[in-house]
Amino acid sequence: MMSEFNMSDALNYVAGHINYWMIIAVMMVGLYTLISRTNLMKKLAGLSMFQTAVILFYVSLGKVTEGTVPIIDQGYTLYSNPLPQVLMLTAIVVGVATTALGFALVIRIKESYHSIEENEIEAMDGKE
Amino acid sequence: MTEQITILLIVIPLIAAPITALFKQNFYAWMITLLVSICCGVISGYILLEVIDGKHLIYELGGWRPPWGIEYKIDSLNAFIAFIVSVIAIVTNIFAYRSVPTEISKQNIGLFYAAMQLCLLGLLGIALTGDIFNLFVFLEISSLSSYALISMGKKRQALTAAFSYLILGTIGATFFLIGVGFLFAASGSLNISDIANRFHTFEDMQLVVTAFIFIVLGLALKAAIFPLHSWLPNAYGFAPSTVSIFLSATATKVSIYALIRVLFDLYPVDYWQSLLFPQILLVLGCVGVIYGSFRAWQQIEIKRLLAFSSVAQIGYIIIGIALMSELGLTAAVIHLFNHAIIKATLFIGAGILIYRSNTTKLEDLRGFGASMPWTFAAITIAGLSLIGVPGTVGFVTKWYLLEAAIEQSKWIVVMAIVIGSVFAIAYIWKIVEALYFNSKRKIHIHNVKSGDIKVATASKSMGLALWLGAFSCIYFGLFTEFPFASAYAVAKGLLGL
Repeated sequence: MMSEFNMSDALNYVAGHINYWMIIAVMMVGLYTLISRTNLMKKLAGLSMFQTAVILFYVSLGKVTEGTVPIIDQGYTLYSNPLPQVLMLTAIVVGVATTALGFALVIRIKESYHSIEENEIEAMDGKE
Repeated sequence: MTEQITILLIVIPLIAAPITALFKQNFYAWMITLLVSICCGVISGYILLEVIDGKHLIYELGGWRPPWGIEYKIDSLNAFIAFIVSVIAIVTNIFAYRSVPTEISKQNIGLFYAAMQLCLLGLLGIALTGDIFNLFVFLEISSLSSYALISMGKKRQALTAAFSYLILGTIGATFFLIGVGFLFAASGSLNISDIANRFHTFEDMQLVVTAFIFIVLGLALKAAIFPLHSWLPNAYGFAPSTVSIFLSATATKVSIYALIRVLFDLYPVDYWQSLLFPQILLVLGCVGVIYGSFRAWQQIEIKRLLAFSSVAQIGYIIIGIALMSELGLTAAVIHLFNHAIIKATLFIGAGILIYRSNTTKLEDLRGFGASMPWTFAAITIAGLSLIGVPGTVGFVTKWYLLEAAIEQSKWIVVMAIVIGSVFAIAYIWKIVEALYFNSKRKIHIHNVKSGDIKVATASKSMGLALWLGAFSCIYFGLFTEFPFASAYAVAKGLLGL
């Protein structure tokens, strides 16, 4: 059943999911940077943003409205879900390792090609 | 007691890797790695024998009950994949002893072997775990170590190949993570069997379809399924020989295993069948077979040729999965095993060529076959199994695959398999022709010191590794009971028969 379009409902929907909209924005900026830049460092920066957006997504997933920090104490009955945060600790470590390895590779690429622009590197590889 | 053994597959390489990194000499680092892989081989073989009759082994990490704790749930599929990975690791390490010192600089040898063990650990972890987030972590452990391993190749293109693999692999892993997040939001659980059991309670949510698409895309990128394969040829082509052997035989297979797990255990089969997913997979598989074989035929360099042929072989496995029948799935699972053997053998052959002549360009190698008849005979045997000549392992797969396709009268699939095989004959013939029949020309050998003994002979350990592979190509082609029994048990389990 199609209900009538209601401006305030739509606004409430957008405002109620504001965290998700912002996460989508961060994610798309990251992905776009990753795809559009030829500079390898900027590509890695884009990749990091993309990963960070996913981490934010998980963390905001665990938030329960009115919930407190998940430490058992008297007087509190509603807690936020701690699991997504714990998962993200692991994901952050993975992300850091990926970025570090990426930087190491960029340094080695710079040493052997004297460039970190993707199109220049491709042109050099094409000659061989 | 038996349950406790499963975790050793993870713990042994995890403890041994940092120790190995301390050693500078090739011999000690190699010895530890070989011992680790033999331990893993023995344990996974034992586990496989335990579960082959349909039993389950369940190990709860730290004693936490699932779905809260991480659970390792071993059935015949897990055990079979773990067994393939560890056996290939043993064969690779036999080869590695002579090859690694010539390709890796001296100060990196310890780190190289440590990364090999971490990669083994990640792949075994993916195979064993029953927790989908844990699967992501192991996926990243194996991928991160393989980026590092690939970048150690001799040519500078290895660096760019590793970098683009890093970018694409991380995008794949992150997609997988988004999918897992959506599924977690819908179900509140990360345990595969727990999600599957409660699937009907949340299957109407839009989130679940989105999660499915993200997870499958992420895994397809890691598995190099046809349109997402662009990282594979360069990565395997420019990696050090040892790494090419290990990764080509195991890394993509394990990702395909994860895909099978998601398709048949995490999501109910009817659910994704209604999304037209089998048809999409079937088309991608067929196009992948033809495209991969055609591109392999165009290559002028053996390692890249073999890498493109991997793209085609992954296509065969995907076709087997997409046919959705008992026979098709059996073929797919057998091919995981068969292709691992065949590709490992061929890459070992290519590794010996590199060891002796420092080149894999076909025109430089003209007539080289006459001076290395045994090595070359083994390469030919593996090449014939890639084509699917009767009496070799490749024939077994193609036979079951064709039977499964004909059973459902999917004639386009039959056509694709036949065209793929014709191109396979063409590209294997290119190698045979270059090495055997162009003997008139003087052999070009690069960057080898004059009077260096290694030009004249390949070392015994390399020959042993090569012939182990070539022998199993024929053995498992003639006596198919072991892989068939395992694969058939797996297929029945997956389809719930």
